[in-house]
Formats: sequence, C-alpha cells, structure tokens
Amino acid sequence: MDKTLKTGVEPTNLDAETSLSSRRSFIKLSSAAVLTAFAFGALNPETLSARTAFHGLPIDDDKARSVDLGKGDTGVLNYAYALEQLEAAFYTQVIATPFAQMSSAERAILTDIRDHEIAHRDLFKTALGKKAIPALQVNFTTINFNSRDSVLGTAKTFEDLGVAAYNGAGQLLKNVNFLLLAGKIVSVEARHAAIIRDLISPTSASFAGDDAVDPATGLDKALTPAQVLTAAAPFIRTPVTAKKLPTPRS
Amino acid sequence: MNIRKSILEYLDPDLVGTMTSKAENIQQATKMTGALATTIISTGALAGTTFGQDKKLPGKIADVLNFALTLEYLEDEFYRTAIGSSGLIPRNARSVFEQISKHETAHVALLKSVLGSKATAKPNFDFTAGGAFGDVFRNYQTFLAVSQALEDTGVRAYKGQAGNLQDNAKILTVALQIHSVEARHAAEVRRLRGEKGWISGDSRGTLPAPTQAVYDGEGNVTQGGANLAGLAGLSNDAITEAFDEPLSKEQVLAIAKLFIKS
Repeated sequence: MDKTLKTGVEPTNLDAETSLSSRRSFIKLSSAAVLTAFAFGALNPETLSARTAFHGLPIDDDKARSVDLGKGDTGVLNYAYALEQLEAAFYTQVIATPFAQMSSAERAILTDIRDHEIAHRDLFKTALGKKAIPALQVNFTTINFNSRDSVLGTAKTFEDLGVAAYNGAGQLLKNVNFLLLAGKIVSVEARHAAIIRDLISPTSASFAGDDAVDPATGLDKALTPAQVLTAAAPFIRTPVTAKKLPTPRS
Repeated sequence: MNIRKSILEYLDPDLVGTMTSKAENIQQATKMTGALATTIISTGALAGTTFGQDKKLPGKIADVLNFALTLEYLEDEFYRTAIGSSGLIPRNARSVFEQISKHETAHVALLKSVLGSKATAKPNFDFTAGGAFGDVFRNYQTFLAVSQALEDTGVRAYKGQAGNLQDNAKILTVALQIHSVEARHAAEVRRLRGEKGWISGDSRGTLPAPTQAVYDGEGNVTQGGANLAGLAGLSNDAITEAFDEPLSKEQVLAIAKLFIKS
C-alpha cells in the first residue's frame, strides 16, 4: 500500500472566528457528554475513554473542522466512507467494552459485523486514496456501551440507516462499477439490520418490520444524503456537509 | 494493493474534499432538519410516474422487471403454500414467514402494476424440484432449506440487474428497495437454520448439494479491481461475508428452472 493511501485531505487554516466557534461547540458538547453519561448511569472510565479509542481519532477541537464530501461519484463514495467510518468505530467500541452478560453468540455476531464494517471502511479509504475525506471524529456520548438495550438499539438505528442510505444513493452514482459495489455492500447491511433486530426481538416480524419495510409495497426505505446526514449528525463530531453531491432525480 | 488504479481512473481528477466553516455547516444542518421523515420514493410518487405507463417502459427495463416478477411469483407462491400447509411451520416462527409472505405478495403486485400489460404470466411451479425436495411442504427443515436458497438467490438476482436499470432512477431505486428486503429475509431464514446471517466464502453451509450454484462465486475477494485478501488483518471469511456477489440472469434462471414446471 503506498503512502498516499493513508493521507486524507490536508487540513487548511481556518479563520479565527471559525476556530472560536468550533471551540465553543466543543465545550458545549463536553458538558453534554458528562450529563449524558450521568443520565445513563455510565460514568465510568470505560465509557469516557470510548471517546478517544477509535483508531487514534483524537479529541482535538482544532481538528473538528467541517468536511465536505465532494462532488460526483467521489462525493457519493466519500458519503459511504463516512457512514462506514461511523459503523466501524461503533462496533469496535462495542467489542472493546462489551455490555454486561454479552453472550458468546452475541459476541460472535457483533465481532463479525465489526469486521464487515472495517472491510467496507478500508475498501473506501483505499479506493478513494487522496480524495478520501479524513478520519471523522465520532460522538458516542449518548450511547451507553454497558447497556445491551443501548448498544443494540444504536446498532439497529445505524444498520437501518445504512440500508436506506445506500438504497437512496444508488441512483446518484454514474459509474456502473460503483453501483455494483454499493449493491454488494447494501445487502450485507440489510443482513446486519435483520440479525440485530432479531437479537432485540427474537423470531418475530421485526427483522423486516413494518417500521422498516412498507407493508403496502414491500419496499425498504431509501433516503437522500441530506436526510441520512441529519440522522447521523448527533454521532459524528466532525461536521460533514454534502453541498456538492448529485441531487436525487425525483 | 492496486485498487486505486482500478477505481480511481473513474474519479474526477480535480476533486478534493473541501473544508468549510463550522458556522456554514450549522446553517445547513438547520435547513435539513425536518426532512428526515420523507423517503425518496414514496408509494404515491411511484404511482404517479410509473404506474400505467407500461407502454413507455423501454424493453430492456421491462425484461429486467419481468425477470424479477418471475422470481417474485416463485417466492410468493412458495410462502403462501407453506403457510397454508397445516403443521409445517411451528407456531413460534409463523410471524416470520407471514411477514416474508406479505412482502413477496406486495412485490408481485408492485412489479405487475409497473409492467402493466407487459407483465409476464405466472409460471407453474414445482417446489419439490422434481423430487429433490419431495417433503418441502411437510418437513420444516426442508422448507427452511429451500427458503434460504430462494432468498439468497433473490439477493444475488436483483444485485446482478442493478446496472441494467441505471437509466431509470426511480425503477433502480425501487429495485434496490426490494433487494435489501430480500437480504433481510435471507438473513432471518439463515438464522432460523442456525447459520450466520451472512455468507462465508462460497459455502452453502448445511444446505444440500443441489443448492451449491446459489453460492458459487460468493468467495470472491476482489472488489473494485483489487484483491482484498489480508485487508486490515481480516480473515477471508470476514472479507467475503462483507460483500455479497451478483448472479447473471442466466445463472439465476438455471437455479430457478429447478422449480419451474412450465
């Protein structure tokens, strides 16, 4: 792997006002994090250390600068890369600090999913090379990694969101090879969604419940990048914008 | 790893990720709020633009949709027959198969309404595959095995056709929205059979040998033109599980043919 594969976009100097704004936001987030941790009864070193644990993603507010995904197919691939970063970071933490009484079967499933998300993330990073967005800082302060309900509930949110994101993004891609690649990944995300939902509500209709699949049409959801990024925003500290992505044809 | 050459040649050379100010971003995020509830393709939008326009459907797209319709006919009749077969599906699993059956019926109706007069007729099916699965509607394990094979095939079939629908954004999106539902079905049925929800290598697991064609090619570790073996220290199982593979129409029909009488 050549050295450039590891380099994302070089940070540029932001003006003073922006830096100040970033710093204020960060301070607010920090306070909120502490409160949230209290609320979930999760104020312990493991939970707090979660914020620094992801692939050396630092809590450095000077680096919490806004990132735009870019345009065209590159932008769409960066969009997928951003979501895969989020998922990979989440499951990495889930396995690093397993919730109480995680069964061996659950651990095996969550470890598999972690590995799949890492494969997706690293594929996009490698494929995008210098055009890849930087490693995003995540914000998991609202997740209680000690709680099975919190972890599986978040997993369900991420997997359903991933499915809807890829379903909505397929039509934005010009290159048919990228469309196929997205297709290869989205069905695996849908498999994850079904299995996570089954862990929450075993052997029920939930794996493809009416809240995910429209019972009248039998269709899963498809969301625009704007919709998906809004839903994902609470979990991503680095602000991500999609100003130049292709517009969905309606 | 040489993936950049194989994929990046398609990318716009002028592009780099752009840094923008956090203030701008907050404004943008505020504008986005409230948009989440709307899906790109609502039933109404689909009805308004594609229903009743079958004469305008290009032949290539109609062919793909009729191929999909044939598979949906197959799945729909399979599950309806199973649910109607007394004593086949245990009480605790009925809600799973009622949900799957409901979706397959909806897919048939949806595809038929898009195709209109171009919709192909339902074939006659033999779910015993000429006797290979003779007790499919009497033995729950046989039923589960055929179900898994059909669902995993369905996922591969839709995936293989996505490129043929690229000219029609709406229909492509609908096909993707069906595709991921088939994948949810497949994962759940695999789990009921005690298998992982995802496919490791090209393994058919505990399915009988006649189903191997459903899994051939799933062991592919080359994605985007690059061999991913060893990526991030992951096992080949993990890498192959992470990517589902397509099947061509011909490959799918060779599998489906086992169940089609006429």
